[in-house]
Amino acid sequence: MGSSAPHPEPLAARGEREPSTREAGEGRRKPRASLGKWLVGAPPLLYLLVFFAAPTLIMVLASFRSPGEFGGLAPIVDETGKLDLNVDSYVRFVTEPVFARVFVKSAWYATLTTLFCLLLAYPLATLIAKSSRKYRDLLLLLVILPFWSNFLIRIYAWMIILGPNAALAKLVNGTLALFGAAPVPLLFSGFAVLVCLVYVSLPFMVLPLYANLEKHDQALLDAAQDLGANAWQRFWRVTFPLSLPGVYAGAALVFIPALGIFAIPDILGGPEDTLIGNLIKQQFLETRDWPFGSVLSIVLTVAALMLAGIAAWVGRRGAGRRA
Amino acid sequence: MRRRPAWLWAAAIFAYAFLYVPLLIVVVYSFNDSRLNAEWVGFTFDWYRTLASDDQMLKAAGNSLMIGIVVSFVSTVLGTMAGLAMHRYRLRLLPILIVAPIAIPEILMGVSLLIFFVLLNFTLGLVSVALAHIAFCIGFVAIVVRARLAGMDETLTEAARDCGATPASAFRYVTLPLIMPGVIAGALMAFTLSIDDFVITFFTAGAGTITLPLQIYSMIKISVTPEVNAVSTLLMLLTLLLIVVAAKLSPTLLPSERETTP
Amino acid sequence: MALLDIQGVTRRFGDFTAVDNVSLAVEAGEFFTLLGPSGCGKTTLLRMIAGFDLPDAGRILLNGEDLADSPPELRPVRTVFQSYALFPHMSVEGNVAFPLQMARVPSGERKARIEAALEDVRLQGFNRRYPHELSGGQKQRVAIARALVTHPTMLLLDEPLAALDAKLREDLSIELINLQKEVGIAFVYVTHDQTEALALSHRIAVMNRGRIEQLDEPSKIYGFPRTRFVADFIGHCNLFSGPIREANGSLALVDVDGLGPVRVATATSAAGGARGTIALRPEKIRIAAEAPSGTPDNHFHGAVRDLLYMGDVTVYRVAIEGGTIVEALLANSQSGRAKFFEVGDAVDVSWPVGAGHFIVE
Repeated sequence: MGSSAPHPEPLAARGEREPSTREAGEGRRKPRASLGKWLVGAPPLLYLLVFFAAPTLIMVLASFRSPGEFGGLAPIVDETGKLDLNVDSYVRFVTEPVFARVFVKSAWYATLTTLFCLLLAYPLATLIAKSSRKYRDLLLLLVILPFWSNFLIRIYAWMIILGPNAALAKLVNGTLALFGAAPVPLLFSGFAVLVCLVYVSLPFMVLPLYANLEKHDQALLDAAQDLGANAWQRFWRVTFPLSLPGVYAGAALVFIPALGIFAIPDILGGPEDTLIGNLIKQQFLETRDWPFGSVLSIVLTVAALMLAGIAAWVGRRGAGRRA
Repeated sequence: MRRRPAWLWAAAIFAYAFLYVPLLIVVVYSFNDSRLNAEWVGFTFDWYRTLASDDQMLKAAGNSLMIGIVVSFVSTVLGTMAGLAMHRYRLRLLPILIVAPIAIPEILMGVSLLIFFVLLNFTLGLVSVALAHIAFCIGFVAIVVRARLAGMDETLTEAARDCGATPASAFRYVTLPLIMPGVIAGALMAFTLSIDDFVITFFTAGAGTITLPLQIYSMIKISVTPEVNAVSTLLMLLTLLLIVVAAKLSPTLLPSERETTP
Repeated sequence: MALLDIQGVTRRFGDFTAVDNVSLAVEAGEFFTLLGPSGCGKTTLLRMIAGFDLPDAGRILLNGEDLADSPPELRPVRTVFQSYALFPHMSVEGNVAFPLQMARVPSGERKARIEAALEDVRLQGFNRRYPHELSGGQKQRVAIARALVTHPTMLLLDEPLAALDAKLREDLSIELINLQKEVGIAFVYVTHDQTEALALSHRIAVMNRGRIEQLDEPSKIYGFPRTRFVADFIGHCNLFSGPIREANGSLALVDVDGLGPVRVATATSAAGGARGTIALRPEKIRIAAEAPSGTPDNHFHGAVRDLLYMGDVTVYRVAIEGGTIVEALLANSQSGRAKFFEVGDAVDVSWPVGAGHFIVE
């Protein structure tokens, strides 16, 4: 390794930093760095290439293959020796409206979940952000704690609460009976799915909202009050617009997982509460039509990533404007 | 400190109640002397006794524990390496592969790994589940470790080298002790994620292999029995314990480095 | 043979040349300072000596041996970092012991060496303390003890006093001088603070934009700046520029823009017509209400435009009739007297030919 050894890393970005402030920069002895880079970086990279990237690519490929006679995938090369790749499954997804309807329904549930989470999370995040430093961490921890309990337990809890023999169902149906209405089942319904979706998603709305609200400068509200704004105007004209980056981040964190959820409708939903997740599960474990299941998964993922991209873009733009 | 309106308190209390009452009900009914999770009848430990003699459940718990430990160990090693690599070098592919499993819908990873294992004729079972769990836990560990590294003064590594330490000793004696709280937090996180995971396990376990979440799933699909409450209560206790351990460990491992950076 | 020999070293970051073809030599036992504004390349140069960075061109020789293939841990030089870089998870003793452990010094020998190093920096009894329990000055001493404990051939100090307050900085400066005399090893000291540089160093290399502007003893740097940059960067200086009327090796005459002809003693000769600069320290200018007796070499009239009372001295900015501002300085040695002139007072400004320093551009 001589002084003329080529630099394996692009240095252009570094040049923009002032050299005398580079003391804290990366420990970069370039020729050795490439060895360390491979020693440290290669094992996780390799693992993720094999157990994440490869399966994903195989699934993308599978979406262009034909379903097997007894489920799974048909041989990639058919009897005549030709490569059997087609877009049949994509065509099926586009032409049969039932699938689009499931997507719309999933999106609708995810939207409602996001809205309810926002309504519940905003006051909570506001309260935490305005609490004294002493209690802030504790209040925040209390929001995160349920998230660490098992996902199925949290679903199961709602099975108990909404069960036909539980107090809530008796109260609701008793009230309905007073008005002469027929009893309604709370469990195995869209209502149950929605309540549980809001329940499991709430922390993801509170955290980014809190992170945003916590940074707000009280002086802005004082200034608004000084200029004659009442409490509502202060919220609507100052606090809320400033909190939009947090709202977008929270919405993305709630909406995207809610879109692909499968356990909640599977356990709490009624027969008509089939969402994308359930459809995908059906394709892989019941119908065993892997190509079509792959198409559904890919469409879901692309939709989710696009939404995440939009949220990030809107959030960044908002943040930039307000910086 | 400003005065906060009462309605804000009311809304917040409602939100906290919404978060905790369901879990509380699960715990309370685990001690209820009734098959139905509907009314309080009387106190009993019967459901815990049932649980203790439920071989299927014990086997599931054993499997989950074993997978959790292996996954936590492997993903902590790989995740720490990934965190280090991302912190120290300018990489293009690795950061994407770290974030992607966290960003994409969980179900995608489950089904793609199902196709992958079946096409490779890899028998679905504990091993395939562990391999899948590691794949999504690496990212969480890497992110925690990287955040820890970002908070560390990089000149400390240089100072170690300057004091005569090889890159390996500098890591062993300076970097590793300083990022240890992050590594431990990452390990506990990976363990919890693995023990809790349902979706990816559901697709990669195959028939006949059972983990705790899978067992709970099959039980609640059939009926609601307080035995589930009992196992849920124990699981929540375990998680709580891990969180307390993590919280206790992190600050004591490094009493003060916050004050030392000027 | 010099202890450290830097030959034509260049370091680029993208389009930016941080160190541009620098050559210098540091002798054994010397207190050598790299002085310059931030971004001048001094820290990059220091990092290349330490081994944290490698030159794109040129060589760095220590005791005649090329360092290119030695990683930092194999170079017999030690760095004192600006942020001290004390290991927060180790006690004072642990920090000082670390280089000994890395050098595999037998544990029986370590204790005595740690004590000796702590004694050098007068920190005996602090062994069990942790860095967060130390003051800035104490951290600084630990960092120095850690660097000295393995007896390196050279100590590199990167703005070691920058994070300390003014009073402590002065105390530690004196200690650094004494310490360097005591241990007798070469110090290469990086700073942007010219007072520090002038007070501490045997020799100073003033750097600007990756190049060395002047390498000299402190008194030469201050009294005879070779370039405009050095004159301006080191202390306060009036810089008068204009076409040279003549420079014959003993006296130069410059037609200063906005001032008129100024005479200055010089050993340099230059052709008439080229541009020259006269650097004139404020304390060397005489300002008074009345003209001096006799005929001064340079003599102007002006009015006080503003003044800055600094306690020990007062700085007067005098607008000369031609429009130029001349900065002059008067010591307030007469007790009770805060200033000699008020804004607007007419004053007489003069200085002998020997007061200024002539720089050909």
